Amino acid sequence: MAPLRPRGDPSLWLGAVLVATLIAAAALSLVWTPYPPNAIDIPHKLAGPSAAHWFGTDNLGRDVASRMLAGSRISILVGVIAVGIGLAFGIVLGLVAAFSRGIVEDGIMKMSDFMFAFPALLLAIMLTSTFGPGVVNAIVAIGVYNVPIIAKLTRATANGVLAREYALAARAAGRGPVAIALDHVLPNIAPALIVQATIQFAIAILAEAALSYLGLGAQPPETSWGKMLADAQTVLYNAPGLALYPGIAIALSVLGLNLLGDGLRDALDPKLKARS
Amino acid sequence: MLLDVVELAIDLPAPDGWRRVVDRVSFGLDEGESLGVVGESGSGKTMTALAIMGLAPDGAEVKGSIRFEGRELVGLTEEAMGQLRGDRIAMVFQEPMTALNPLRGVGAQVAEPLMLHRGLAGHEARGRAAQLLERVGLAEPERAARSYPFMLSGGERQRAMIAMAIGCGPRLVIADEPTTALDVTVQARILALIDGLRSESGMGVLLVSHDLAVIAGHCDRVIVMYAGVIMEMGPVQAVMAEPRNPYTLALLEARPRPGAPRGSRLKTIPGAPELKSGPSAGCPFAGRCALTMDICWTTPPPEAAFGLNHVSRCHRASELGRAP
Repeated sequence: MAPLRPRGDPSLWLGAVLVATLIAAAALSLVWTPYPPNAIDIPHKLAGPSAAHWFGTDNLGRDVASRMLAGSRISILVGVIAVGIGLAFGIVLGLVAAFSRGIVEDGIMKMSDFMFAFPALLLAIMLTSTFGPGVVNAIVAIGVYNVPIIAKLTRATANGVLAREYALAARAAGRGPVAIALDHVLPNIAPALIVQATIQFAIAILAEAALSYLGLGAQPPETSWGKMLADAQTVLYNAPGLALYPGIAIALSVLGLNLLGDGLRDALDPKLKARS
Repeated sequence: MLLDVVELAIDLPAPDGWRRVVDRVSFGLDEGESLGVVGESGSGKTMTALAIMGLAPDGAEVKGSIRFEGRELVGLTEEAMGQLRGDRIAMVFQEPMTALNPLRGVGAQVAEPLMLHRGLAGHEARGRAAQLLERVGLAEPERAARSYPFMLSGGERQRAMIAMAIGCGPRLVIADEPTTALDVTVQARILALIDGLRSESGMGVLLVSHDLAVIAGHCDRVIVMYAGVIMEMGPVQAVMAEPRNPYTLALLEARPRPGAPRGSRLKTIPGAPELKSGPSAGCPFAGRCALTMDICWTTPPPEAAFGLNHVSRCHRASELGRAP
């Protein structure tokens, strides 16, 4: 693989720093938060930012900084698992479609188009309203939404690789479809999948926040940025900061992932690199 | 006989039914023999080569018979064909740039058929791959084995492709325009390498090219194809010296030749090959031929034999035979 040349691309670096911060926050929250994120302290509720409470406290007196740190965990968890579900099923379906051609390919692609027609949130609301709210169902719903996107991308890029002479040469060397898929197709379509996965990660974080905001995702006492937004809504006039912090955190995470995805696309695509 | 192709026909699906891209193709190839297939783009030469490999495009219908070492290949299962490919029959492709996977080391790609067909373990296969790379004339074979395709020159890549093809000691090597993408000097060396390997191992070589000079210099016999049909077939010297088909003659006259008068124009063949949907009524070349008669439009020309193994499909073949 050609070495990355990120020097001239600040968006890749900014994106990487933001995403790294998100991961670091989630990792930190596993071992340390300033206060237990669910510790209620009514006498000190709705306190402004101070040395004791960096971001103040919420309507139940819980430390907002601690809850922000704990909430980042859910965002990452949802992103990783939902994108993982999308990649696992999407890649397999896309490869099967690309290799099988004919009726199987048509079937898989028509199914993907059908799923694709539903907006992510609508699909998630449908699934959570059927199977009940909760983080797990939200993750599954977002993951299911990712499957057709990855499947379509895999099929399109895999067909591109299969049209290349080295795929024909591999067949001429007597290799079977599974070996060609693993050795030749996957490595060559990996850049496109990595970029798409980054973008789907951002969409998953947004979708989880939206679902939790609607009460379909994280349930009390779980902490999630979307849940914090919903809680802040009731005290918006007394403590507007409570809505601001999780909102900014969501925005920066999504921005970071999108910048990272864009930067990776430019860095991994030799054609774009040659042009710049 | 190593390879015996009888009445091969290939139909490709087209919007309006089927399109016959190869028709009535019959030829044989002996061990140690080199057979050239020449023709312009769309003449069916690559399609014939792919059909022998069992790699005709999806949806293509292959009819007729292809016998390799006495075994019928038409209708063979994908699995059985996969065992032959890369082992008994190997193929060298045109574009050494794109015929190697850019993300895998050259040594690993050369080792691949050995692990697949010979069951060699990874390190054995890689050692053998380095030997093969040396045998095809790569200086520093160890370095080449560790390289990625982009680190090698076009000629080196084509040598690596050949190493990949000959790894299992195939009896038949199909080379589809193996030197078209290379400089003329590199071209000569690659062709000499294929010649050398052929005389060493006694494998048969099917050399597909649009370059008559390449075929003239490196083949025993030649097939001239046009619009999926064999127009003329015979020993290279006979076909070059006394072409018995107006199409061969036209190809020979379209070559640039040293010693031609300054300012003289190259001859061209007017028109372009036409696409047809079924077996054509007359001669496929009738529309572009300088010698067309009425019968050429209505009756497919029969095979006429001249001397040893020299056949031509032309109604006026007996009138021809002059030097180009």
